[in-house]
Amino acid sequence: MTAVAELAGGSGAAEPGLRTRAGWAITDTLTITRRNLLVWMRVPAYLVFTVIQPVMFVLLFVYVFGGAIKVPGTNYVNFLMPGIIAQSAAFATFGTAIALAQELKKGVIDRLRSMPMARSAVLAGRLVADTGRMLVTILIIIGVGYAVGFRFSNGVVPAIGMVLLATVFGVAICCISAYTGLAIGDEESVQAFGLIWLFPLTFLSSAFVPIATMPGWLQAFAYHNPVTYVVNAMRALALGGPLEPDLWQSLVWIAGIFIVFVPLAVRAYRRAS
Amino acid sequence: MSQVGGATGRPAILVEGLTKSFGEVHALRGIDLSVPRGTVLGVLGPNGAGKTTAVRILTTLLLPDGGRAEVEGYDVVRDAAAVRRTIGLAGQSAAIQEELTGRENLEIIGRLYHLSWPRARSRATELLEQFGLSDAADRSAKNYSGGMQRRLDLAASLVGQPRVLFLDEPTTGLDPRSRLGMWDIIRSLAAGGTTLLLTTQYLDEADELADEIVVIDHGLVIAAGTAEELKGRVGGDVVEFTVPDRRRMADAVTAVAKTGEGEPHADEDTGLIYVGVGGRGSDALIEAVRSLDAAGIETRDLRLRRPSLDDVFLALTGHAAEEEEDQPSGRRRRSRSRRRGQGQDDARVTS
Repeated sequence: MTAVAELAGGSGAAEPGLRTRAGWAITDTLTITRRNLLVWMRVPAYLVFTVIQPVMFVLLFVYVFGGAIKVPGTNYVNFLMPGIIAQSAAFATFGTAIALAQELKKGVIDRLRSMPMARSAVLAGRLVADTGRMLVTILIIIGVGYAVGFRFSNGVVPAIGMVLLATVFGVAICCISAYTGLAIGDEESVQAFGLIWLFPLTFLSSAFVPIATMPGWLQAFAYHNPVTYVVNAMRALALGGPLEPDLWQSLVWIAGIFIVFVPLAVRAYRRAS
Repeated sequence: MSQVGGATGRPAILVEGLTKSFGEVHALRGIDLSVPRGTVLGVLGPNGAGKTTAVRILTTLLLPDGGRAEVEGYDVVRDAAAVRRTIGLAGQSAAIQEELTGRENLEIIGRLYHLSWPRARSRATELLEQFGLSDAADRSAKNYSGGMQRRLDLAASLVGQPRVLFLDEPTTGLDPRSRLGMWDIIRSLAAGGTTLLLTTQYLDEADELADEIVVIDHGLVIAAGTAEELKGRVGGDVVEFTVPDRRRMADAVTAVAKTGEGEPHADEDTGLIYVGVGGRGSDALIEAVRSLDAAGIETRDLRLRRPSLDDVFLALTGHAAEEEEDQPSGRRRRSRSRRRGQGQDDARVTS
């Protein structure tokens, strides 16, 4: 330790500079991410949840409901895939809520916060790991989709755009789940309530059926559901067709979710005890 | 490590008038503590006394409402980051990730202390060896016994080589053998010069490990001193015996009531009765034997003993140390504290 560093740190052990601390925030986030991903790979139940369940949804909708659902302009598999990707991205965030509630209850978060690491890293590392997990789920679903007849028909760049939009949407929902997990803070309650709100949100939308087939009172909700905007934009990116209003509207919704729920999640994390 | 943080005479932990409320609940109502460098402070009190709240404030996890607290000269509110670089925290809530191996857990914590990867690896190996976990190092921590998990948890708190270590109820829920193992580890840490603050609801644990003890009840320090000083407060010896026939408990209490200096304490579940007899020692013992015999009450394990910290707690607070707890664990503890004698002498030698 140099004399300068000691002086800069005042009377104590040298206070690290802003650059060092910013660097730590990144490495700490990556360390927590690594830890979360290691845990995810070790627990069979998590793998089932992120891989097998979405695949089952694809097969169920294509082969069980698909025959009875008529969609305009394309076959049902092509119609379904963007919807099921958005739905799976949203459902994947259930794991975020569960994991944060568990860590809170077990005292893991407390212990990490008593260490000289960047305090933001616990939340940031959780989001980064869960985003990676979500991306794996999305890619697996696309693979299964290809096996049952789905094809991107609008070029490579829009297809990548669709995956990106689904991921950004998933991260936004992840912030809501992180908030609920930390605010509820009790694993059993999160088990009960963490998924329930995602059902109406994803199913009362254009994800699985054309909205025009719903009763009128439901259409009003479904047309204004953010999931509808996101799925419509994803469909346009995957299959072609008009993209403009849906893409902007979905991005506005996603931005709105971030603006509201990132501060809420951070506040719940700070207050969590 | 720079020692500029505080002059040599300055205590490692200094707490003045600390208060904290949660709504209507006054968890801390003005606590003062001073822990000299390299000593062990035992913070003793029942569940809900405020011990954990105090530790959470000292480890920067909670902001106090009033008063101030310093660790190694750093204010826990203003210099929280410096405090976190100085301390370690281990406790009942295991910070270990059960799905990971012991080694992975320690390596990840090493990285969070900003050690390089090679340094994090070697530190993990060192600690696994020191805590007798080398053989289990590459097994998932889920398969560790309770004692092993607790040791790993403690090892994790030492990754950053803290000068001050907070142990929040480090042996709660452990079986007796693991508990003795933890005591050995804690003693060797203290012998190595680490300042320790240890909370416990076990009186024998504080007696075994601590240089100084503070007793907290309802958010206030109600007594402080060495174990011997606190025992001196009870003022003399205790006559203790067990009544096998529980129906005769009330008669037994009546029989010894006039011999004792205070109210006899009777435990209906174990049949244990004890009463303080001041300085009258063996005279009181003989008197107790005569009156019990006259009343025709059969007794077991009748004896005169020095007061334990249990007696101190009862004398200070008017209630037993663990009355909030369910009865079975209370019984277990009591049987442990009865065979404490030799261990206590060992502790005196090492400290």
